[in-house]
Amino acid sequence: MEETRFRRMPGGRIELRLPAHERELLVELTAELGTMLDEQGDPALRRLFPAAHEDAELEREFRELTHGQLRTGREQALQLLADTAGRDELSAEEADAWLRALNDARLVLGTKLDVTDDLDWASFDPEGPQAVELSVYAYLSWLQEQLVEAAA
Amino acid sequence: MSTTLEAPAEVEIEELEDVEERDRPWVVIVWNDPINLMSYVTLVFQKLFGYSHAHATKLMLQVHYEGKSIVSSGNREKAELDVARLHAYGLWATMQRD
Repeated sequence: MEETRFRRMPGGRIELRLPAHERELLVELTAELGTMLDEQGDPALRRLFPAAHEDAELEREFRELTHGQLRTGREQALQLLADTAGRDELSAEEADAWLRALNDARLVLGTKLDVTDDLDWASFDPEGPQAVELSVYAYLSWLQEQLVEAAA
Repeated sequence: MSTTLEAPAEVEIEELEDVEERDRPWVVIVWNDPINLMSYVTLVFQKLFGYSHAHATKLMLQVHYEGKSIVSSGNREKAELDVARLHAYGLWATMQRD
């Protein structure tokens, strides 16, 4: 049985119990995603900025109003995760930023991998061309599930 | 005495509901997607809207099994704010006139 990576502490704080190599992986992943956000243009980012309106004019107004803040918020959450990846515990607010950053990483990776509801792990091919990315996706899902449980 | 008091009270409530109806012509819809975790979606509904765990779970299950769920409503400004907050948490939200 694998050890839980997050544990709820009194007052809503979250204890971090990640091995060093997982912390390093998270820092790498957030840096990669930060670069993608900087450069924009990658179609895998589309799930981070969905349309709110069907109407083109209303959507343009919505985007004008919200897009900058949405992007800044995402960059800040990724940066916070990278900055706090070496810590032993997080405040409730920091844990919230971790949740959003982990979710963003899964959204981008999942979009890239074209993940569907019936993702079939039984047929996972460790030698396949997407084996590494699929493993990272599975790891992030496992990790986020635990953080949700600790934070809920 | 009691009947004359009750009648105008009912009229007032109906008028209030009419006003509320005019002010709330937009609904916020969350759509199913294969990436967001069910537990995470439930937690986001609780966090953003202050819903109970039971209500948030009910909405999440509606998204999961029926493909979408109306999670909030209000005037355009309120609905846009709710959509933007849901987008910040990575949920696939749109809005439309009720």
